[in-house]
Amino acid sequence: MKRRRERELEKELGFHLAEHAADLAADGRTPAEARRSAQAAFGAFDAAAEGCRDARPRRWLNETGRDLRLALRGLRRRPGFAAVLLITLGLGIGATTLMFSVASGVLLQPLPFSHPDRLIGVQERTDQATALGNLWAVAVPNFRDARAAETGVRLGASRPLGGIVSRPGTAAYVDGYEISPELLDVLGLAPARGRGFTAADNHRGAAPVAMLSAAEAQRRFGSAARALGARLVFEDVGYTVVGIAPPALSAISGAGDDSVGIYLPLGADPDPRLENRAIHPGLSVIGRLQPGVSLAAARAQLDAVGRTLAARYPATNQGRTFVAQELRPDTGDASSTIALLLGAALLVLLLAGVNAANLLLAHGATRQREMAMRVALGAGRGRLVRQCLAESTLLATGGAGLGLGLAWLGLPLLITLWPQGLPRAAEVHLDARVLLFSLAVAVGAGLLFGLAPALRVPREELETSLRPGGVGGGPTRRLHSVFVVAEVALAMVLLAGAGLLGRAVLRLSAVQPGVDTHHVLVARTALSAATLANPAATRAAWTQVLDRIRAVPGVESAALVDTVPLREGNNQINYWTTSAPPPVGQQPSALATCVTPGYLQTLGLHLLRGRWFQSGDNQGTLPVAVVDESLARHAFGAADPIGRKIWIGLDNDPQTIVGVVGHVMYWGPASDPQAKVRDEVYDSFDQLPDRYVRRWSQLMSVAVRTGVDPRRLLQPVRTAAAGAQGGQVLYEVLTMEELARGSLGQQRFLLLLFGLFAALALGLACIGVYGVLARLAAQRTAEIGVRMALGARPGQVLALVLGHSLWLIAGGTACGLVGAVLAAQVMDRLVAGLGGLDVMALLAAAGLLAAAALGASLPAARRASRTDPVTALRQ
Amino acid sequence: MATSKSELPQGTLDLLILKVVALGPVHGYAIAQRLGQVSREVVQVPQGSLYPALHRLEHRGLLSADWRVTTTGREAKFYRLTRRGTAVLAEEAASWQRLTRAVGAILALAPENAE
Repeated sequence: MKRRRERELEKELGFHLAEHAADLAADGRTPAEARRSAQAAFGAFDAAAEGCRDARPRRWLNETGRDLRLALRGLRRRPGFAAVLLITLGLGIGATTLMFSVASGVLLQPLPFSHPDRLIGVQERTDQATALGNLWAVAVPNFRDARAAETGVRLGASRPLGGIVSRPGTAAYVDGYEISPELLDVLGLAPARGRGFTAADNHRGAAPVAMLSAAEAQRRFGSAARALGARLVFEDVGYTVVGIAPPALSAISGAGDDSVGIYLPLGADPDPRLENRAIHPGLSVIGRLQPGVSLAAARAQLDAVGRTLAARYPATNQGRTFVAQELRPDTGDASSTIALLLGAALLVLLLAGVNAANLLLAHGATRQREMAMRVALGAGRGRLVRQCLAESTLLATGGAGLGLGLAWLGLPLLITLWPQGLPRAAEVHLDARVLLFSLAVAVGAGLLFGLAPALRVPREELETSLRPGGVGGGPTRRLHSVFVVAEVALAMVLLAGAGLLGRAVLRLSAVQPGVDTHHVLVARTALSAATLANPAATRAAWTQVLDRIRAVPGVESAALVDTVPLREGNNQINYWTTSAPPPVGQQPSALATCVTPGYLQTLGLHLLRGRWFQSGDNQGTLPVAVVDESLARHAFGAADPIGRKIWIGLDNDPQTIVGVVGHVMYWGPASDPQAKVRDEVYDSFDQLPDRYVRRWSQLMSVAVRTGVDPRRLLQPVRTAAAGAQGGQVLYEVLTMEELARGSLGQQRFLLLLFGLFAALALGLACIGVYGVLARLAAQRTAEIGVRMALGARPGQVLALVLGHSLWLIAGGTACGLVGAVLAAQVMDRLVAGLGGLDVMALLAAAGLLAAAALGASLPAARRASRTDPVTALRQ
Repeated sequence: MATSKSELPQGTLDLLILKVVALGPVHGYAIAQRLGQVSREVVQVPQGSLYPALHRLEHRGLLSADWRVTTTGREAKFYRLTRRGTAVLAEEAASWQRLTRAVGAILALAPENAE
């Protein structure tokens, strides 16, 4: 088809020439003369043919193919040049693709449920807000009533519940959930094998049944098939495994936590607190909007149900109702980390693009004569512009291929290194959306950085370009300078970001968080279910566990604690220090920590006043508390708190303050200064009312101070804690040093990647500066030759070229400083502990950048200063 | 060649081509000859530039073309007006005549009337 059209075109035009020539010959000219005249009257044959091709619709498709082939051939002739461009673009696109794939999976990917846009999260809301806000988890009876009411929403509920699986296999702690039977259906999920829960399973006294995750079934029984119908002992109760949960179910945790191993029917839980509408471990409730029901309608209906319950149960539900919002993945502060890294990667990409434009432009300038020649031979200007763009798009697409490869290699590494684990990591893939994104980025970048050289395709100044020795000078040189300034400025922003993070990490790592982090091991500890039967047995079991651990050689002290500073999990409660409690909204909040005597010394807190807890502080004696300096200052000002009373919690008698300790940076050195709740109060586990002992015993951790590397004692301590029957299990074992490092995890992680990006940016900027100066110096060879012939010394020439480069670098650094200040403000908002604008970091970044860029311009300047005037002038 | 030549206003070439082709199926060379003869060499286009215009009109569906043998025994591409081409020609010709009449009338104004 294509060839026929070309043949016909040639035939048609040929016919014209032949016919004209024949006519002229008939008039008496010689054949040669006739042919010449016919050709003269016709004009340029190629231009006419090109014009006809241009008239064809959709011609650009074929043309594009030809342009691409030409571009490929051109690049193959200059492999070094092409390689530099490909690698820089590949790094830029790779970094951007990597970050986008994380953003896509974590932030954009919908929850793995069927029609997730029709799912809502339901909470209770109180009219009165406390320091903890006014949104609460849902009480089980409230959930049951809401589910039974006509709301246009189908409700399902879950609550996390971990415990020890002791048979089959070795006893180990397993994360789990209690779920209402309809939850699977609400989410649009079905069991992977076996069955889900039914109403018959979902009441107290029903035959105990459980669903396992596929991984847990594999671990315990060897395969999912063998697990079905098998027996399993969880918290000393024998369960029959009736089903294997679908993997997506674990996304009810919000973070897509793949450690969830076991699911139990919610209604079978005998815990009496679950029937309490006021004080209860709440439920997380998910609803599916029925067809035709809008979110607004559902909200109104749920609110109406809430008001009805408030009227029916005023004692517990007064001023309490239900609220709903769209169900969204819970990604915590990962989104700010992702946003920052995506921004940094885009800067690298921009820098790579400018660098490519710069190199292409420099190269285009040397090709200007070739271009001019082709214009003179009849090539349309549009054609040449297209060809320049084809070249840049080809490079960008190659870069995208390389970048995708890099992203594919880097993604698992990035996820492994993500601080505290990347939420929804299972959703992060190089999927179609990511591929489309990087392709769009590549094409967009290719068009953008190809544009500058393309627009330099010669127009009028044809003759100047064609004249020997002629140089198309001015505008190109200005454009180069703009590019160099832009490159330096972009590098400056990234360097400043890295500097800011680096200084913050250095500063914060040196901060002592109020505890002595060396040689301390902390581990959550689960007692065997049998020991939880009565409070006396439980207390005795704890004493034995601690005694056994203290007997391990190398252990200096051991104690129990419920919440550990720097670790996830805390207990925020309201407190007051006058016998008449202030209104709920005005009560201050504190972090309450329940400990056994010796804990505060084990962690290395400083005693400022009074005394530590003692082993004599127990059930029969005066209830005592220890507070930190922050609470003491807030509650008592300059007065001595020792001997004063403090009320914490709802139904406790006041406790007498016997000691004041130094403040512990519970939230970590980065976040603690800005944290909303900083006051700290410690109470004694030995004085905990019996009715709380069972609940608290499910929360306790051991803290162990060692005389040696605490990691080396992990196994002996684990064995000692387990006891003869192996009933006690340590899990989530960490050293305080690890926790301290982890509390700066986001900052360190950002520093690592910003450092990487900044190094890349610095390298790119140096390549840019070097390339442009080398070219400028080459352009000025003749001028430099004249100067040297007139007596300029090499040093002066060196200064001339370096001076030019200095101007560019100074301009770039200045522009970059403005950008860096803006970037620093954004970072300060998204990352804790940066401590505002850090002038030292900015100056250090500027200094490093200027030195590196000047270093990169040195070779070009040296070469210029060694110009031999005779050779230069002869050129 | 000695006579002064006029630049063709933009778009006029298409109109002239349509008019010439309207007289009957004709090949490119003949169109060029006809344009030169009828306009007494006033309208002088580089003959090569005729062809892009012909191809454009063909792709726009105003002309259709087929290959025939000429009286001299050669194969040539003959152009014909399509129905759309006929309509466009009538419209453009009328508009052109309106325009030239108006321009002519203005140019014919007597000096005393032109204050």
